[in-house]
Amino acid sequence: MPKPITILKAALFVAALVPFGLLVWGYHTDDLTANPGDYITDQTGDWTLGTLFASLCVTPLRKLTGWNDLIKLRRMLGLFAFFYVTLHLLTWIVFVNYFDVPSMVADVFKRPFITIGMATFVILFLLAITSNRWSIRKLGRKWGSLHRLVYLAAIGGVIHFWWLVKADITLPRRWAVAFGVLLTARACWWYQKRRVPVRPRGTALGKA
Amino acid sequence: MLIKKAADIPSSEITPKSVYLRRREFLQAGSAAVAGAGLVAAGWNLWGGDAHAQGGGLPKLPNVKKSPLSTTEEPSAYQYVTSYNNFYEFAPGAGDGPKKNSGKFKATPWTIEVDGLCNKPGKYQLEDFIKPFTLEERIYRFRCVEAWSFVIPWVGIPLSEFIKRAEPQGSAKFIEMTTLVDRSRFPMQSTDLLEWPYKEGLRLDEANHPLTILAVGLYGEVLPAQNGAPIRLVVPWKYGFKGVKSIVKIRFVDKQPINTWQAMARNEYGFYANVNPMVDHPRWSQARERRLPSFIPNRATQMFNGYADQVQGLYAGMDLKRNF
Repeated sequence: MPKPITILKAALFVAALVPFGLLVWGYHTDDLTANPGDYITDQTGDWTLGTLFASLCVTPLRKLTGWNDLIKLRRMLGLFAFFYVTLHLLTWIVFVNYFDVPSMVADVFKRPFITIGMATFVILFLLAITSNRWSIRKLGRKWGSLHRLVYLAAIGGVIHFWWLVKADITLPRRWAVAFGVLLTARACWWYQKRRVPVRPRGTALGKA
Repeated sequence: MLIKKAADIPSSEITPKSVYLRRREFLQAGSAAVAGAGLVAAGWNLWGGDAHAQGGGLPKLPNVKKSPLSTTEEPSAYQYVTSYNNFYEFAPGAGDGPKKNSGKFKATPWTIEVDGLCNKPGKYQLEDFIKPFTLEERIYRFRCVEAWSFVIPWVGIPLSEFIKRAEPQGSAKFIEMTTLVDRSRFPMQSTDLLEWPYKEGLRLDEANHPLTILAVGLYGEVLPAQNGAPIRLVVPWKYGFKGVKSIVKIRFVDKQPINTWQAMARNEYGFYANVNPMVDHPRWSQARERRLPSFIPNRATQMFNGYADQVQGLYAGMDLKRNF
């Protein structure tokens, strides 16, 4: 019998591929709207945020449940975020710009939502290529600092979405709240952890 | 009575579902050949090759005259023109939301109010509003500000003929049109997605231009709800958002109206909204467009959406970068 975490990991692997599978199926059945380029761009963008969110849920869930094996899901979920952001970038290169390099370069500098989107991609790229064991060993303590950039990626992703919508901010707002909760929880934990050692001896918690 | 019941359509005029459903086989065979030639991009565009699956089984409009103002370009398939729409009263954003959320929309009875600076104000039932005019088919390019386009066979009346009958006064310089407000028919009007009612306006000379029409149909049939039933504005050299839908009020005014999208984002949407490849939207380029259905930009945007010869005189001497 495989361990529960192994089963959960396999299940999540399949689940994270479902959005991609739906796009492939939609292409096959001619069901991606009359403007499939925009549709695929939107979907891959959404699922970049979705998988990034899932990867950022791992640590809070681990703390809340005490189930430490959950950490074994984090790299896979993070790599799925990189998978979807890469597809998202490709849709921009092919469906939006059709390989028009000068126009793409100009847009990165001219249009803030693209600037921040590209920066977010670069972060996720750096994290993906340093997600292997060798990099973890090689980078040592620096690995942790580097991978804290994921918080910036989350913020960047939400701002990118917020700035590109025309009128309906419902979805970007929802993502902002979702990521906001996760980041706030981390900020609280970090603050607590930092406070404890500097407390003068003998001072009871909560009285300082 | 202008608007007939669906039962009046001879069944011979409806594409049999079996034929319609087999369109993919034909297309797949075609795109396989193209792919063989290595023209993958062209294959994406072939996808729309079933433009002859015309009509959607809605009531036919009678006595529709052809017009020399129509383009000879192949109309986009009915299926796409009616399933990819921006109609914020029904759903946010472009897609099939407006089609899905408008199934219960009723466009009868429908009253249109004409007022403001004119000698013949009044309230009309839609049938009476249309009755004095000859319906014309106008096959126009349609360019959305979001850089996609269709070719649409509208049925409508020249707005100028309505204006003549309304007798605008000398002080009337603009025309303003307003969409119905009815939360029971337009679900998104219960939200603050846009400022309701949706409003649009034209300079009177733009409104009087022979290309400008009030459309009541599509592909020879009455307009489906998602395309702006029962009556909407069509100004083919301007971005689609100028084409206010489901109109209930037409006013002659002396001041330039604030149209809805201009009110939403003044730096992104102007009053004129003329199709212009040289003036980008702040967030995307307008130089190219996707003639749908297509994955990729497949044509260059034309100045005034290809109607420059007919309309550029309206803007002589104007800075079109400032007056976007």
